[in-house]
Amino acid sequence: MFKVHEKKKTGIKSLKELPGDIARTAEATGIEETERHRSGSFFQLDESAVFAKVISRFKGQMEIMDTKDALEKYDWLYDYYWKLVDRDKDKYTKKADEEFMGGYFLRILKGKKITVPIQSCMYISKQRFRQNVHNIIIAEPRSEVQIITGCTISEDIGAAEHIGISEFYVKKGANLTFTMIHNWNRETKVRPRSAALVEDNASFISNYVILKPVKDLQMYPVATCVGKNSVARFSNLLHAEKKSIMDVGSKVELLGDGSRAEVISRAIAKDNSKIIARGLLQSKNPTVKAHLECRGLLLGDKSAIHAIPELIATGEGVDMSHEAAVGKIAEKEILYLMSRGLTRDEATALIIRGFLDTRILHLPSALDNMIKGLTERVAEGL
Amino acid sequence: MHNILEIKNLSVEINKKRILNNINITIGQGQSYVMFGPNGSGKTTLLMALMGMPGYLVKKGRIIFENKDITKKAVDERARLGIGIGFQLPQEIRGVKLLDILKISAGKKPNQELGSDEKRLIKKFMLTEMLERDVNLDFSGGEKKRAEVLQLLFMKPKVMLLDEPDSGVDLESLKMIGEEIQRYVEKNNASALVITHQGHILEHMRAEKACVLLKNTIYCYNEPQKILESIRKKGYVGCLRCMKRRRQE
Repeated sequence: MFKVHEKKKTGIKSLKELPGDIARTAEATGIEETERHRSGSFFQLDESAVFAKVISRFKGQMEIMDTKDALEKYDWLYDYYWKLVDRDKDKYTKKADEEFMGGYFLRILKGKKITVPIQSCMYISKQRFRQNVHNIIIAEPRSEVQIITGCTISEDIGAAEHIGISEFYVKKGANLTFTMIHNWNRETKVRPRSAALVEDNASFISNYVILKPVKDLQMYPVATCVGKNSVARFSNLLHAEKKSIMDVGSKVELLGDGSRAEVISRAIAKDNSKIIARGLLQSKNPTVKAHLECRGLLLGDKSAIHAIPELIATGEGVDMSHEAAVGKIAEKEILYLMSRGLTRDEATALIIRGFLDTRILHLPSALDNMIKGLTERVAEGL
Repeated sequence: MHNILEIKNLSVEINKKRILNNINITIGQGQSYVMFGPNGSGKTTLLMALMGMPGYLVKKGRIIFENKDITKKAVDERARLGIGIGFQLPQEIRGVKLLDILKISAGKKPNQELGSDEKRLIKKFMLTEMLERDVNLDFSGGEKKRAEVLQLLFMKPKVMLLDEPDSGVDLESLKMIGEEIQRYVEKNNASALVITHQGHILEHMRAEKACVLLKNTIYCYNEPQKILESIRKKGYVGCLRCMKRRRQE
């Protein structure tokens, strides 16, 4: 059913060369056409990496390129390629391997602090297209970086499929924050497959935001805290509507002494949608600390949320906890706000906006404001 | 002086159980009215019914606000007409910041700034540090009370309904809350209906009229100080005895 296109598109010199509708759709996932507040950009249009650039101020501090080109350029990259995600894991990883279309390779050089976010966009513009990308992100020792990734599709096209493999290597003392925003349509099937390896005193922060309908999304990124005092944090803001099915989980395995993890999700299901919110913390090390939290909000009586928080502790003294709560908006909260003069609808919107709390993402204010803008639009649309 | 709030023969049920019977209270503009009563006498129920909270079913009687019958109006409509309520147990709302709700109370949009008077009041109410916190969540008793009264002041209501503003609050906060309510009422010629169990708030604000709610109905109207003295001396047991005596007469 899905086609694979071999023909490559020609690259562009600036994101401003993107067709207007594509630029606008990408913008809704945080991609700045002007690159004004970005240190670098990558743009994958269907099967082709059409743009990869580091702005001059950050040249020599990091590299962005098509994964295909990077594999040609660096032999050593094969030590990272398909090393965290198993290429035989499922039919999607196999497809991504067989029909490899590139993706981005991102490398932050040792000790470099990239103070301005890097942006990358995975864009589908063709109907019945299956996009298979493979991203490799390496934050070298003591480097710091903020990455924002937007994955999206042209509005007017129907069915499509996105498979994205992402392998994150966060080396000693590095800090990597990865924020991914998905905007699909009701007919898109989405299968990200991600894994991260976090070394000594390093931190990996992964934020995921999906607010628009999707046909079927399933992802379960895994972070392995191998290093001493390593940190992994996953935060998800999920809003499912229409007939969307979202099965989103995060797993952290804590191996290193003093490693810490946090998995937080906020899930809203309305209409006939269904969300499965998973989380798994696993450790046998008594010096670690980890917490898992899942809050779900049901709007309407046909939606469903299935929260599956799991803790696997082997050995004495392992400190891990979880809390999960699923329910509808408390009438008492609505009435309290109505007593301050808000209508019922306004009160409901405010509670939903508050529920999709971007503070859990711990983003710098510019990115936080952008995502807050997206959640506000969702709340107002109710 | 015209009447701002008239409660006429009001009877209220919760879950088909009669909680209030034939309540009559008239509050004039600029007047503060105190309602005393022991726990369980129905004081909170009256305020909830006045605010139009669902579940507090008016079975008989009417509520008149500025000469208009509001008995059937929804909570938010009453709030917008100028009735403000300060709850005894304010609701916690996760994700809604104190700053959000203060802006709402002040009739401002989320992206609008508060005015300088409002900012000064926030400081005075010692709530600057709490602005970014989720409203009432893990607030201390005093913080909740201060936040509640502050929201009311921002709303600029014509009538304030205050449910035990003096319970569970430290003396310093109590003084400040009482004085600010008094200042607001005087400055705006506003009215208040204040529920108090022990009457402590009256040390800091003035009230013109008072009544005692006992066993689901108002049993005595008098000057606030007289009722307060009697309750302080004899407790509500004294009120009960008096009620019995009157019935026998």
